[in-house]
Amino acid sequence: MAYLTRSPISLDTLLGEVSAPEHGGTCVFLGTVRNGPDEQGVTAIEYSAYEEMVEVEFGRLLDDAGGRWPEARIAVRHRLGVIPSGEASIAIAAAAPHRAQAFEACRFVIEEVKRRIPVWKKELRVDGTATWVDPSGRPTARPSDLHA
Amino acid sequence: MTATGTARVRVRLFARYAELVGRAETAVSVTLPATVGDVVRRLRDEVPAARALPERPLAAVNLRQVKLDARVQDGDEVALLPPIAGG
Repeated sequence: MAYLTRSPISLDTLLGEVSAPEHGGTCVFLGTVRNGPDEQGVTAIEYSAYEEMVEVEFGRLLDDAGGRWPEARIAVRHRLGVIPSGEASIAIAAAAPHRAQAFEACRFVIEEVKRRIPVWKKELRVDGTATWVDPSGRPTARPSDLHA
Repeated sequence: MTATGTARVRVRLFARYAELVGRAETAVSVTLPATVGDVVRRLRDEVPAARALPERPLAAVNLRQVKLDARVQDGDEVALLPPIAGG
């Protein structure tokens, strides 16, 4: 299973992977590149990854989700490369017999992605600067600050 | 049984860590028994630019996140991971 892509994410493909007559609820999460007041002119984010580990860790993550919601079917894609603001970097589709399971499974997957999938992002700004981003969304420390 | 001898370990660096060190991959030798923490210390000793890395980075061995006291064996791939920021 390839969870990574360098192309725009096709939501139709993801939905096709999880749809089934017995699934009455489908929850979709899209994470998109943000350029809000706090981002100071972000035109795009460049995503990179430990790609071999991402593929196996996504498999483990979905196994964990399957253990919690055995009736759910979940599909996920994470996009790499330079992604313009407004476009999706990750998409998750979770389908289940009832909506509560679908919402819970979808939320579980994105929270676990943030915790354990080795992907990194560098914000690219309109002024030509680029900044690695830490998990809280703030720029990382300068190298000289690392020992502080 | 505890392994003895020397292990040659592939070390991979990603994102900001690769930029700081100026390379995405290297290899170090450590005396067994050895841990991921020993690999990090050896890297910092052998590669001057690696001293810019944190002393206790997030790490993975053979595609699985581990703590720094995890043991390494000859031929292992140790990855030093900047704080994860996907999604």
